[in-house]
Amino acid sequence: MKIKLSFRLNGESITLATEPLKRLLDLLRDQLELTGTKEGCGEGECGACAVLIDDRLMNACLVPAAVLEGKNIITIEGYRTTAQFKILKSCFEKAGAVQCGFCTPGMLLAAEALLRQKPKPTAEEVRAGLAGNLCRCTGYNMIVEAVLLAAKEGEGLWSTPVGL
Amino acid sequence: MRNISEAIKRFDFDEKIEGRAQYAADLKDRQMLYVKTLRSEKARAKIMSIKYPPLSPGYFIVDYRDIPGENRLPLVFEDQPFLAVDRVNYIGEPILLVVGPVKKKILAIMQEIRVDYQELTPILNIAEARQRQEDFIFEGKSCFVEYEYEKGDITEVKKKAWRVVEDEFRTGYQEQAYLETQAIVAAVEDQRITVCGSIQCPYYIKEALRQALGWPEERIRVKQLPTGGGFGGKEEFPSLVAVHAALAALKAHKPVQLVYDRQEDISCSTKRHPAVIRLKSYLDDRQRITGREIEVMTDAGAYAGLSSVVLQRMIFSVGGVYNIENLKIRGQAYATNNVVSGAFRGFGGPQAFFAMEMHMENIARALHMEALALKRGYFLRKGDTSTTGGKLQSDIKLAEIVEKIDKISGYSRKRRDYDAADGGFRGIGCSVFFHGCGFTGSGEQEIIKPKVRLRKYRDNTVQICVSSSEIGQGCLTTLRKIVAQVLEIPVEQVQYDYPDSDICPDSGPTVASRTVMIVGKLLYDCARKVKARWQEGEFTVDQAYVYPGHLQWDNEHFRGNAYPEYSWGANVVEVAVDPLTYEVKVLGTWAVYDIGTPIDEKIVKGQIDGGMAQGLGYGCLEVLESHGGRLRQNNFTNYAIPTAVDFPATESGLIDNPYEYGPFGARGLGELSLVGAAPALAAAVQQAIGRRVRQIPLTPEYIMELMDDED
Repeated sequence: MKIKLSFRLNGESITLATEPLKRLLDLLRDQLELTGTKEGCGEGECGACAVLIDDRLMNACLVPAAVLEGKNIITIEGYRTTAQFKILKSCFEKAGAVQCGFCTPGMLLAAEALLRQKPKPTAEEVRAGLAGNLCRCTGYNMIVEAVLLAAKEGEGLWSTPVGL
Repeated sequence: MRNISEAIKRFDFDEKIEGRAQYAADLKDRQMLYVKTLRSEKARAKIMSIKYPPLSPGYFIVDYRDIPGENRLPLVFEDQPFLAVDRVNYIGEPILLVVGPVKKKILAIMQEIRVDYQELTPILNIAEARQRQEDFIFEGKSCFVEYEYEKGDITEVKKKAWRVVEDEFRTGYQEQAYLETQAIVAAVEDQRITVCGSIQCPYYIKEALRQALGWPEERIRVKQLPTGGGFGGKEEFPSLVAVHAALAALKAHKPVQLVYDRQEDISCSTKRHPAVIRLKSYLDDRQRITGREIEVMTDAGAYAGLSSVVLQRMIFSVGGVYNIENLKIRGQAYATNNVVSGAFRGFGGPQAFFAMEMHMENIARALHMEALALKRGYFLRKGDTSTTGGKLQSDIKLAEIVEKIDKISGYSRKRRDYDAADGGFRGIGCSVFFHGCGFTGSGEQEIIKPKVRLRKYRDNTVQICVSSSEIGQGCLTTLRKIVAQVLEIPVEQVQYDYPDSDICPDSGPTVASRTVMIVGKLLYDCARKVKARWQEGEFTVDQAYVYPGHLQWDNEHFRGNAYPEYSWGANVVEVAVDPLTYEVKVLGTWAVYDIGTPIDEKIVKGQIDGGMAQGLGYGCLEVLESHGGRLRQNNFTNYAIPTAVDFPATESGLIDNPYEYGPFGARGLGELSLVGAAPALAAAVQQAIGRRVRQIPLTPEYIMELMDDED
């Protein structure tokens, strides 16, 4: 059985039919062909599939389609068009925070969620904010540096909407 | 001219940060079919029969009868089938594949397949393998390989020994836990097969496909896609996955995608070898260490895989960074009915250095000396010989390395203070170690025979053609930098894409800390030839590896230079152990390395930080145990890898010591940064709790056991 759903995705209104228990992750990757959201574990442990739903960081592998009605969803494909992404991108580059890249989209959205909540985080707060996103390459230090740098360079930016 | 160490933007940065990089699971094709692997549920059994359900059109089952060529994975020993025939040797061994367009339906078909087993008595660990007298799983013997070599005269040393210090250490499994699981896409078109995916070694896969399909190599193309981490886990294992995907594509006449889920990946892919290491050091009447006997045993699992080579690295590393003249070193890789052990960053080094460094700690305690003070007295120096008698011909700056790490970490002072406080549940430890860069012995020449190619175009761009794969370690950037620097052109003028076997010669696998040092040096030499012909317009230059004249290796007796060159390092780890819960909290980590010239400081720092975290995870977090042949942990909930809150940032430094034969003086780094973390951590915990640490990982449960012991 399929249900009809309407929600906002990366700033656009979308209406589609899907199974109510389909994972948001599959909806994005298979039905909507947005593959920037990655599957790392399929059980909410690794954060590779993290997206923003109404500004909250969620693992798309644990979200069934049925709860999406009326929600505002942001994935890396939308987030990469924003001013906030631009700052994070530049800071990830400066800090050398990308290696294999598989955790990166989820990590960026975790950074966005964190900075929105705590625009001037301490290193410990950044670590706590990223603790739901696994990275096996970097040991996290350069990612933490990148987010701290983004807080400084993008001061004020995280109190304004992402514009999606 | 730019300083080559100065960091530049990674060439794979934009597509990765924007989420545009297309990993294997991201490739979509309406035609594409999915593949799932049906695996053994038994540790050891005969397959009596398999009952297949009727299949709807468009669905296929692939088993060993669909293998047109040889059903043997081409590795050191060809003992492992691609798909089981009439017996299985480990839980998770692939038996058959189900192929079709709808995932759910594939799973339903798998539910209906009935495999009838006749169970046999499995060999479940090293101890059982050692006790067993018959009914072995490999060629009528308990070990895949057994090695022994000596240096000096250990018999004489034993006769004159005044004191003996003995230890036994154990290490557990470790899972690579790359964030992207095993993933391969395969398609057949115009009598050719193309296999793309998440891989470290395109030519290993090409060889496996050649063997499985029985096709000439012109009909086989292997391409790497962006790869979400490897750490050795995508060295030999993907050959199996790639052959499975190819067989499915052949049978279905459609492109297929074979992507493991996390549980499947952890349960059946290769792991770091569990090891038992026994060390005996003989001291003379002046308290000098005069000789050692060391025995190394690994659980290699059900098939030989790369266990022989891992064991070699283990026995060539287990002597540590010390010049001890008299040695007897033995090693055995036991065949058990566990998951196959294989390549993992460090490749035998982490087990070896954990054991030797802890052994030196214990000798120091026995002699009432500070450990680092004892170690300093035996440091290898230029002109000394390695455990295999190979002359060490480069400057070895161990004294400088430990001086620097002592300075930045305050190790000596803290060590004294914590000793004075009798532990007080705080401790600090220092490990000193090396990693042999490149293939063991003369393997680069005898086995790999690497080649590189540069193509120069009329527009003055140059294309790098090598089989080195970008797995996050940054080679798309570092190798470009090397070529650009030689040619004195902007790095943007150098092209280098993910390797494609149609374009790139076999420059060897992306393993063994060899990419910058070996492949980079070949590119360096190749680029010099290109430079000499720069005015010629369009042309191609190949460069093949030549075994350097200053090295020699006897692979039969393990005599000579066990590695082309070594990188060196020291780690310090400071801990607090919770006196109630026995949780280990890491308070600080420091690292100093001699890797010759760093080719990109930012990429180097990324390797240092990442290796440290993975090594600390190995030392205290990552528990992976086999019970009855089944791994107890199979997901990221019960197999815990480090998160951002587990360890503090690493303070690191480099020693300036360019390597004469490396590109711009570079040595290897990728593995070195994992090797020393666990021993430094274990030494710190040992000081903190005042009890002998004999195994890793150092879980609260294990520390509680130690605290409850009344020794």
